[in-house]
Amino acid sequence: MTAALSIQNLEKTYDNGFRALKGISFEVQPGDFFALLGPNGAGKSTTIGIICSLVRKTGGSVSIFGIDIDSNFPAAKQMLGVVPQEFNFSQFEKVYDIVCTQGGFYGMPRNLAEERTEKYLKQLGLWDKRNVQARMLSGGMKRRLMIARALIHEPRLLILDEPTAGVDIELRRSMWTFLEEINRQGTTIILTTHYLEEAESLCRNIAIIDKGDIVENTSIKSLLKTLSREVFILDTANTLEDCPDLGDFDGRLLDEHSLEVTVEKGQSLTDLFTSLAAQEITVTSMRNRANRLEELFVSLLADERDAEGDEQ
Amino acid sequence: MNTDAIWTSFSTILRREVRRFTRIWPQTLVPPVITMSLYFVIFGSLIGSRIGQMGGFSYMEFVVPGLIMMAVITNSYSNVASSFYSAKFQRNVEELLVSPTPNWIIMAGYVLGGVARGLIVGFVVTLIALFFTNLTVQHIGLTVSIVFLAAVLFSLAGFINAIYANSFDDISIIPTFVLTPLTYLGGVFYSIELLSPFFQGLSKLNPVLYMVNAFRYGVLGVSDINVFWAFVGVLVFIALLSAWGLHLMSHGKRLRH
Repeated sequence: MTAALSIQNLEKTYDNGFRALKGISFEVQPGDFFALLGPNGAGKSTTIGIICSLVRKTGGSVSIFGIDIDSNFPAAKQMLGVVPQEFNFSQFEKVYDIVCTQGGFYGMPRNLAEERTEKYLKQLGLWDKRNVQARMLSGGMKRRLMIARALIHEPRLLILDEPTAGVDIELRRSMWTFLEEINRQGTTIILTTHYLEEAESLCRNIAIIDKGDIVENTSIKSLLKTLSREVFILDTANTLEDCPDLGDFDGRLLDEHSLEVTVEKGQSLTDLFTSLAAQEITVTSMRNRANRLEELFVSLLADERDAEGDEQ
Repeated sequence: MNTDAIWTSFSTILRREVRRFTRIWPQTLVPPVITMSLYFVIFGSLIGSRIGQMGGFSYMEFVVPGLIMMAVITNSYSNVASSFYSAKFQRNVEELLVSPTPNWIIMAGYVLGGVARGLIVGFVVTLIALFFTNLTVQHIGLTVSIVFLAAVLFSLAGFINAIYANSFDDISIIPTFVLTPLTYLGGVFYSIELLSPFFQGLSKLNPVLYMVNAFRYGVLGVSDINVFWAFVGVLVFIALLSAWGLHLMSHGKRLRH
């Protein structure tokens, strides 16, 4: 099957000599919901910039649904929609005009562009704001406006660079629902985000980039399986004065109604609950101390830093 | 992109450009009309009546074609320079750069937007001029052609200026220090026959002189220069600036990193 996005040995060295990408390779399959993660300055936005032609690569190749951007960029662009990190629309244009005009840039007849503008502005809750200048919108509305604009030509591959940055939790969740729906309808989605909870709940596959190199490229499930330990917070109905006997588990008392317990790979939570039940301690709720992907992300990057330190 | 899609893209850019300058008409359409009206009143009517004839015509008749051309040139230039630079500054130029629209269509759309503003201002200034003098156009085809080509030429120049510009100051430097002197010394207010042979020769290096005189020839039937060479010169400059603009676009100069 032809990959929705194929990146091979992609390199970028800026004019000032900074190597933003050091020959990265990865593929995204059609229909995937793919996360591209990495710390600030890792090379995520440079990669996206190259894919959508705003940054010129200095080596390697990029293909979108089998079309090499060097051989037929216009055809590749027809299949691509991009929601950038920064607002990049005219602040003085009306919401409707921004979206509808973008359709024209993709060669869409006016009536079709108008039809789609109405469809996406309604789906993204912006129809009531269609005659408002973009500068009057809230931050969340501006992000949704950029999503509507990126979807106007109904691309097969949609890339979102931190689409939920600065968006409140309610709106973020509604955007997740919207993105999941268009992914279900067949649009391949690539997402960069700093909210790892977002990547864990939405994405199936992941690439982690750091300092211009890919340090991990796998499915989220396989990645989570590599977790060697998880730390849980247990809330108890009983008032605890000391940390109860946790058997083989490491743990500590956080306050009189909560315990922090470390569960190593191979240990069973059933044993923990049996032990607590024997001491007549009732657990009312339980949660991970930190997002699981976040823990992995931090440890992967830490390993990378250690490896660099060893080499030096 | 097929031909229909390319045409759609071009007309979309042009429509957006026209929408932009008509939305801010108090900044784009009114000031040149007021300025030119003042020129008509002060230079044409008050001072002009004491100057007598110039090139065989009353001073008002002589100066009107030059002032119309000056309005067209400055407005075409400034429209594209400010619009394209603003699109860079606000980064909405990326809307076009990520789309399949070819570079030459992006340039053509912006240039025709500048031409549209130049011609609209020129038309309004012409209507105002009719309050001060009778205008009988001698060569209508030639008049329309030269005004259109001049608008294209200076729109292209504004486009290139906007590509190189890194700040709003950069798009006012060329109009202030290059365009205005060339226009004022380009035979708008006087015939170069009044100058010494040396300054006549120097004036003939000024491209604006050719456009103003070609337009004046179209309206009044008189010119300081050979109109044929005016057309040749304008077409050559249009070709050169088009090639320059496309070269900058294809290399992503100050547009792509």
